[in-house]
Amino acid sequence: MIANPAWRGRTAIALWLVFLLVTGLIISGSKFTTDLSAFLPRSPTPEQQLLLDQIQDGLASRLILVGIEGSDAAARALLSRHIAQRLRADSAFTSVGNGEPVNSERDRAFLFDNRYLLSPAVDAERFSVNGLHAALSESIDLLASPAGLLVKSLLPNDPTGEMVQLLDQFDSEAGPHLVEGVWASRDGTRALLLVQTRAPGTDIDAQQAAMGIIRTAFDAARGATDEAKLVMTGPGVFSVTSRESIKTEVRRLFLIGVVLIATLLLTIYRSITALALGIVPVVSGALAGIAAVSLGFGEVHGITLGFGTALIGEAVDYSIYLFVQSEQGGPDLQNWIVRFWPTIRLGVLTSICGFAALLLSGFPGLAQLGLYAISGLIIAAVVTRFVLPHLLPVGFRIHDASAVGRRMSRLVTRAAALRWPAAILLLAAGAVIFAHRGGLWDDRIASLSPVSRADLELDTELRAGIGAPDVRYLVVVSGDSQESVLRSSEQVSTVLQFLVDEGELAGFETPSRYLPSTATQRARQASLPSADVLATRLAQAVDGLPVRAQLFAPFEAEIAAARTQPLLQAADLEKTSMAMAVEGLLVHRDQQWNALLPLTAPTDSGIDPSRIRAALDATGLPDGGLPDGSLPDVLFLDMQAETDRLYSGYLREAIRLSLGGMAGVVALLLLVFRSPSRALRNLAPLAAAVVLVVAGLTLFGQQLIIMHLVGLLLVVAVGSNYALFFDRAHNAGGGDAASGDSGPGQGIASRTLASLLFANLTTVTGFGVLAFSHVSILQAMGVTVAPGVILALIYSAIFVRKAHA
Amino acid sequence: MKTPFFPPIFSPHLFRSVCGALALLVATPVNSDCTRWTIDQLMQAMQEIRSDQARFTERKAIAMLEEPVDSSGELFYTAPDRMEKRTLKPKPESMILDGDSLVFERGGKKRRFRLQETPELAAFITSIRGILAGDRAALEQNYGLSLEGSAADWTLQLLPLDEKIHGVVTSIRISGAGNAVHTIETLQADGDSSLMLIERQAAQ
Repeated sequence: MIANPAWRGRTAIALWLVFLLVTGLIISGSKFTTDLSAFLPRSPTPEQQLLLDQIQDGLASRLILVGIEGSDAAARALLSRHIAQRLRADSAFTSVGNGEPVNSERDRAFLFDNRYLLSPAVDAERFSVNGLHAALSESIDLLASPAGLLVKSLLPNDPTGEMVQLLDQFDSEAGPHLVEGVWASRDGTRALLLVQTRAPGTDIDAQQAAMGIIRTAFDAARGATDEAKLVMTGPGVFSVTSRESIKTEVRRLFLIGVVLIATLLLTIYRSITALALGIVPVVSGALAGIAAVSLGFGEVHGITLGFGTALIGEAVDYSIYLFVQSEQGGPDLQNWIVRFWPTIRLGVLTSICGFAALLLSGFPGLAQLGLYAISGLIIAAVVTRFVLPHLLPVGFRIHDASAVGRRMSRLVTRAAALRWPAAILLLAAGAVIFAHRGGLWDDRIASLSPVSRADLELDTELRAGIGAPDVRYLVVVSGDSQESVLRSSEQVSTVLQFLVDEGELAGFETPSRYLPSTATQRARQASLPSADVLATRLAQAVDGLPVRAQLFAPFEAEIAAARTQPLLQAADLEKTSMAMAVEGLLVHRDQQWNALLPLTAPTDSGIDPSRIRAALDATGLPDGGLPDGSLPDVLFLDMQAETDRLYSGYLREAIRLSLGGMAGVVALLLLVFRSPSRALRNLAPLAAAVVLVVAGLTLFGQQLIIMHLVGLLLVVAVGSNYALFFDRAHNAGGGDAASGDSGPGQGIASRTLASLLFANLTTVTGFGVLAFSHVSILQAMGVTVAPGVILALIYSAIFVRKAHA
Repeated sequence: MKTPFFPPIFSPHLFRSVCGALALLVATPVNSDCTRWTIDQLMQAMQEIRSDQARFTERKAIAMLEEPVDSSGELFYTAPDRMEKRTLKPKPESMILDGDSLVFERGGKKRRFRLQETPELAAFITSIRGILAGDRAALEQNYGLSLEGSAADWTLQLLPLDEKIHGVVTSIRISGAGNAVHTIETLQADGDSSLMLIERQAAQ
């Protein structure tokens, strides 16, 4: 076949332009997300699904805790009232609490009007002669007590004290402290508000907007002069600040990295054209990566964008190899392609093996990263090989780097002397890892969080002050109808109440408290005696008590009315503060109903999950179900433990897959080289780099998180190129030596060495910058990759076999 | 008749006339009426109490009930704003007022209120605390005050200013000697009343 280089070049460039156009089109139609979906498993267990629902849309996820500091108590209270008033009028918020009695009138009326449907004390026994007598004497005692003033007016209507029963139930043990009529911190220095957004906590844009509204309300209420300060925390707030801090950090570090790398390359190339052309493969690769992820997953996650681009940073190396290794001018490009392309191709294949493992991950975030890296690297390499040479202008030349290469060569000659010390260091590193094998990894999800310690402390303080639930422990009741989950909730409540009485729990919430199941309401109604019966029994019940039965005429009338009163529906709660509780605790999704029963741990001791589980098992609900054959599930959920389990599963899977990827790299090299010792020589520097980096991090007290792992994959991907170039020089039949550009007695061309050094320097620069980040996930990548690639290069030089050996 | 041990100058009678003469002599407006026991003097005396402990018996007359209800127990006060009423009979229960938090404990159950939540009850309870603390400003926020009698036997009457509170409590009469409170009599708008007799145990 007669090849016309000019024609082939034009075809390649045309195809590349088409490719750019297509990827551009795909990307312009892509959906970019920043929510948690990347961290959520593709096929979650029921527990995980519930957890995810809660994280994404749960009651607790929508809370914003607001604190007002500075100025004096009266000014803070006034601010609190003004802000609350504005926020209550805003549909972005479903509830705004600041201690002002907003709903209490309506709440009281609701409870009082429905007391015989709501009170758990209502049963047939309570309305027997004995039951009435006991309830009446209790009420009379209460009348004589200091609290008597509060209940006196209720006696004729509610002599059995159902209202007191209900108030007791709804009473929270540790209500927030009040200063000047609004909630305040225990020390009184902060006014507190508890705000619930309509949007879920994972809708970061909506959360950000909500924070903006709160801030505006604060600014408007404060005016220009006051020195009061606004603070906010909560899950949504954390998401917003995390996103902001990652965003600004990435932007800042990216800028610094780009400037440094560009300066470095300019110093090396002394050519703006070379610098500009050098980024062609990376940009092409990045576009390919985004387009591939968009096609493969239907959406691209922000995390994929950020870290994927770091992963294909390797592609910058390709153009460095091309520019530095090739002689100047056309003919040598062909020469480069013949001599070096197979090595780069093998390097790309090695990297793909490593990243392919990620594709199999059950977590979309990692799978997206894998797909991005693989497609990006392939395209970057292909563009370097087929397009970039044709883009080079006639007479393209860069600064001759041979001098640097020759100096490198002399170092490399002596590197072999370091074999033993290097091997000993490696052994020592292995020993360090072995000694720390138990605590190598940090599998708490908090390790990924960029939320600062100060913010976490503020959150703890505000929560303690406001008594906001941290909703760590939940009992979740599932069923196929509202009625069935309410009935199961009632059964579970009985068990939980027993645990409260035992002191195992401080308290719990349940939707059935505000909205009893129809069955229960009906049973309560049925236990109310008819007018005649009640009159007779009352007359007997007052015997021995200092009251006359006539006093209770209103009571008799109200019992008569309650017997035929319509049963409570969810809609009846509207406009009371209980409506919000029921809305948050009773979740309807698809065909599934869930009731959530948050548990409160006793203040002096935590919750013992095994005790709770055992008690719940005893109800027979999880397995046995209801007698009518429906099977509502009861699940005890420790959100904290479940989240950590989710992440540690994620981490373990990633470690397993990475090991699989490494096995793929080994298999690939064995297959290509057909020589175990040669494969081993190529693998040794990579293994050494990984072991030394892990040992180093461990010695510095860093526990590894998932981003360290991704960094290690990158070290292997980048380092494999180094090892392969050294290997090529010594296994190409003395090819480099024959080409005449090698130093005396050296296997590897000085120009190749120079290109490796430059590639290494750019990588170290790019990731070295990340190492100084205060965002843990960025810092982890930086401290892994920068030293890792240096070690990979050094160990490649040390372990290379001499050409004449 | 036996000669009094004290010289006549110390008899209240003479003392009062000497005072009057002095007042006339200096011909200044009467800045302090030394003959009368004033609210400020009472408040000042009360302020000296750092903590106080007493026994009480209380009889409540409630129209709805055929018989009055009796109870008894102990009272504790710690300046400036903590007060506890610990009823021992007929059923043990307690009421603790601390700052603006009000806790009732009864049969192992605690019921917490904030004073703001129960304005009527708050007005009643804080009036007693206001007297113990000698906090005239706090008292005058809710009540019109009038004092009768002498240091050795005074009666302070509190009449609610607020309409709503007046609808529940019509008057509170507190009597005592020096800085010791002896009785608290409450009259409610619906005709119910209570009388509490107090006997100091220890004061500091």
